[in-house]
Amino acid sequence: MDTLTPVASGDAAGPLTPAQLRELYSLMVAVRHLDTSAIAWQRQGIIPGYAPEFGQEAAQVGSGYAVDTGRDFVFPTYREMGVARTMGVDMVAYMSTHKATWHGGLYDPLKSRLAPIQAVVAGSVLHAVGWAHGQTLAAAAGADGAAAGGGSGVALTYFGDGASSQGDVHEAMNFAAVMKAPVVFFVQNNGWAISVPTERQVAGGSVAARAAGYGMPALQIDGDDVVAVVEATRRAFAHARAGNGPVLIEAMTYRRGPHSTSDDPGRYRSLDEERDGAGADPLERFRQRLLADGIGDDEFFAGALAAARAEEEQIRTGLQALESRPGAEMFDLVFQETTPALQAQAASWREESEHV
Amino acid sequence: MQQALNRALDEVLAENPKAVIFGEDCGRLGGVFRITDGLQAKHGEQRVFDTPLAESGILGMSVGLAMAGFHPIPEVQFDGFAYPAINQIVCQIARMNYRSRGTLPMPITLRVPSFGGIRAPEHHGESLEALFAHVPGLKVVAPSNPHEAYHLLKYAATRPDPVIFMEPKSRYWQKGDVAPEHGGSPTGAKVQREGRHLTLVAWGAMVARCLQVAELAAEDGIDIEVLDLRWLKPIDADALATSVRKTRRAVVVHEAPLTSGLGAEVAQLITQSCFDTLKAPVERVTGFDVPYPSGDLEDEYIPNIDRILFGTQRVLEYRRG
Repeated sequence: MDTLTPVASGDAAGPLTPAQLRELYSLMVAVRHLDTSAIAWQRQGIIPGYAPEFGQEAAQVGSGYAVDTGRDFVFPTYREMGVARTMGVDMVAYMSTHKATWHGGLYDPLKSRLAPIQAVVAGSVLHAVGWAHGQTLAAAAGADGAAAGGGSGVALTYFGDGASSQGDVHEAMNFAAVMKAPVVFFVQNNGWAISVPTERQVAGGSVAARAAGYGMPALQIDGDDVVAVVEATRRAFAHARAGNGPVLIEAMTYRRGPHSTSDDPGRYRSLDEERDGAGADPLERFRQRLLADGIGDDEFFAGALAAARAEEEQIRTGLQALESRPGAEMFDLVFQETTPALQAQAASWREESEHV
Repeated sequence: MQQALNRALDEVLAENPKAVIFGEDCGRLGGVFRITDGLQAKHGEQRVFDTPLAESGILGMSVGLAMAGFHPIPEVQFDGFAYPAINQIVCQIARMNYRSRGTLPMPITLRVPSFGGIRAPEHHGESLEALFAHVPGLKVVAPSNPHEAYHLLKYAATRPDPVIFMEPKSRYWQKGDVAPEHGGSPTGAKVQREGRHLTLVAWGAMVARCLQVAELAAEDGIDIEVLDLRWLKPIDADALATSVRKTRRAVVVHEAPLTSGLGAEVAQLITQSCFDTLKAPVERVTGFDVPYPSGDLEDEYIPNIDRILFGTQRVLEYRRG
């Protein structure tokens, strides 16, 4: 389903270069390796929980790759590790949320251009619309960059097929379309909302089909083809950046593993179903393509894996070294301007915890 | 009060280029209560705009605008319409500063036409103060007269934290002087009438009613102090202590249901600071644990002068067993 008017030039122009294709592959390997490692870390007790994205690497790396971190802003859920890695976010700070160090992670959202990790599905989709409308307002006011992004930024918001059932998603799409806000709604349809399959979740055939109701162009794409994802996201960005309003991308993919490390997918699908539903592994598929096109060879692939392993080790070491935040922050970070009651509670906490 | 609020918003828009007002009907119409009357014509459609009819959308959008460096002043048209936006208010607005470790402040002033007394349909008259005040990360304020409305709104709309601004809609058409240059402290509670025998603690529309009660009681030689709490979070515990240490008796008056209402919080704060001084347990005169009733029964539900007088009597006549 492609209802997006072709964009003549700008960000969407030009096919990916061999160097970019290799970069995409390296990112996908790094993400795959970190993802599988994080599950192992949970089993080893290094982190209490994790939401894997095994199988969604192409959707995440490809879309994150289209972001201009100089001006755009990204609104993730709790399953966008691959997007964060692609955007160059500090991964120890990112994974800290899975270590239960701090809700939302320890990275700086303003510097990284990635909003805090969000546990409420669809909660941040509306934030993206508000942020994007802020770009419109800043541009109209001739803002010189005082407002984040200076007025030319696009908001990229992630959600899944499950979250698309939430009212906030509908309000967000309607708001964005009415206000022509520069937002890209990026749906990763991974086939499952925990145990509920898409056909029991999404009425109307697809999430992309809903866009028509809002007069919004939509692209339904092969979310396991990283090149297709990059191209679609770039087109959507160019469309929104040019002032044409929001775009919806539905990337069809498959969550191969559990919803979270506490989930047991064996209760709702069999391994056979998983194999049949998942299709070709997006990473292996891309590797074959690079091989066939002569863009990557065994030496390159081995190098990418070695780099991913080194990176994973570095992140694990950093994560293991990460200590709990000082308790005082619990009180200090509630408000910009604290309250007497909160100060009193902090004081009594200090006094009483000294005896522990 | 409507004009005082309108003037405050006008000045906030003029003074802060990042301030934006939006909600349902607040642009061209000027709001169903005309609080934003003329502001779009004066400040433009970028600064004051209508949104689609969706409260969660309005509040969720506020979060994004705040993240982009704006100072949103959204409106939900009636208190009961804050319920559809509770997820965005509680899970998002209230927590974003904390979640982001202070890097994404939420300077959002949510204006909520609040409380009953205008015989409005269901969901158009609710007292949500305890619900909001219970949520970590939110601040709550309610003005009681035009002067307070002007100064409290101007102050609230310049804060870096989310403030729920509860406008007593039954007082919108109340006339009163506004002294723009003499606002006094915009924080804490305020003694609206001095007295020696008993403190009535109230906020919003109930302050005026308590002042009436004080007038009537004065005829019987009872000298009542009326403390306008103003900020329902943070509550001014010092002002409560000062007043009740003087009068040694207190009654809390609110429209919201009794159980788990803010009156319990106020009573506990008084008990904590004045236990040795109190001549009687703190009393509460409140709405009942029923859904806010239809207009015809409103006068039975909202604390009236008689019920408040009974409350003061219970405290004044209390004898230790």
